[in-house]
Amino acid sequence: METAGNLVLLRMVIAVVLIVAFVFLNALIMGYLERKISARIQRRPGLMEVGPHGILQLLIDGFKLIGKQLIIPKDADRFLFRLAPLLSFVPVVLPLMVIPFSSKLQGRDFDIGLIFILAISSLNVMAILMAGWASNNKYSLFGAMRSVAQNISYEIPMLLSLLAVIFMTNTFSMQGIVQAQNKIWFFLVQPVAFLIYIIASFAETNRAPFDLPEAESELTAGYHTEYSGMGFSLFMLAEYANMFVVCSIATVMFLGGWHGIPLPFGEYSNAIWFFMKVYGLMVFMIWVRWTYPRTRFDQLMNFCWKYLIPFALVNLLVTVVLVKLL
Amino acid sequence: MRNSGYFRDLYVGGKSLIIGLGVTLKTCFLPIVTVQYPREKLDITPNYRGHIELVRDAETGECPCIVCGMCARACPSGCITVKGEKKEGEKKKSLIEFKLDFTKCSLCGTCVETCPKGAINYSQDYNIAGFTKEEFHYDLIKRLEEKG
Repeated sequence: METAGNLVLLRMVIAVVLIVAFVFLNALIMGYLERKISARIQRRPGLMEVGPHGILQLLIDGFKLIGKQLIIPKDADRFLFRLAPLLSFVPVVLPLMVIPFSSKLQGRDFDIGLIFILAISSLNVMAILMAGWASNNKYSLFGAMRSVAQNISYEIPMLLSLLAVIFMTNTFSMQGIVQAQNKIWFFLVQPVAFLIYIIASFAETNRAPFDLPEAESELTAGYHTEYSGMGFSLFMLAEYANMFVVCSIATVMFLGGWHGIPLPFGEYSNAIWFFMKVYGLMVFMIWVRWTYPRTRFDQLMNFCWKYLIPFALVNLLVTVVLVKLL
Repeated sequence: MRNSGYFRDLYVGGKSLIIGLGVTLKTCFLPIVTVQYPREKLDITPNYRGHIELVRDAETGECPCIVCGMCARACPSGCITVKGEKKEGEKKKSLIEFKLDFTKCSLCGTCVETCPKGAINYSQDYNIAGFTKEEFHYDLIKRLEEKG
């Protein structure tokens, strides 16, 4: 009995270590892709100097950031100021524990996996507010306030669209939701919910065109204006990991998770399909970022309350009626 | 027909968003237009006005300067020094010193315009950098000889 408990614990520890390593790797990949794709869209080559086609640039940037001095502004709340980046990093690492990369590759399969992810990742908002407040800087505070308002508004359509899928699968377990899609992927059944989820996830991750919390032209950098060195990079890591989390939820809920063309050792190697889908969505997010201009705040709120929420509600109602009838 | 409305906004907006994505996707596969400066350089236009330099006459291969001093007098910044001497057995003065203090030069080009023999022209040097002022005190005769 005790050895079984120890094995579960060991498994969790290994999973956490791998996931933290993966969060760093993910930030390297995403930082590179973002800069390369933005460059191509602007018809310039982008990173070219460090390593072939600049692939080592982000690694060098990482070393630079580690070496930088941590500056705390004079009138800042020192304790909260140092705590905020850590608090923003932790809630984006935890959800990765329950994401099913393949049928065997998963930190732990909870029966309430989806609720766990949504609950934990909404803590991120508090870290952002804390950072904005502790910096004692009006731009940081503005950015944080915007971020909170935006995240709270967009959580509603996001949850409503995910609920439509939950009604069809009757389970919150991530593994169960993936297994329910072995015949048909849910984005074909629930296209409206998929679209609403994708739009809401742009707002949740503070990505363009909803990047008002970090609007450079108005707020210098928003809530992380005052951060330097690793404080800043923890926020960036969290941002990219957050992108990965929302894209993995989209993949699990709508794109069939690890389902794909069967491979040998499918229980593990199907993770390839999962990663391909997630990175496909993330490249789409980058593409969108470098296409659209930033929305105004009233437009952002109008779009959420006038379009996304009513459509999500109608979609949910139709789903419920159809599930009951069929 | 109204220009805006709940569903009309949704349709028009959605359509324009998709068109926008198409535009950037197409741009993504177009060739790169920027020049990677230290690796590749553009040719400088012949109209480029760098600092002045002495030129050789196309026929004789000698500098046609007659040491009249018009350029030094015309220079509003006083950055040109011309010296000449009459050598034994020669009819006219020959040039022994032509110095340019490029730190003062404002690239107005008056010297080039006043030169009666067309002995001065603009150079094509554009990426000039140095650590001391003295590096910009050019000896133009030496430059001409080095150019060959």
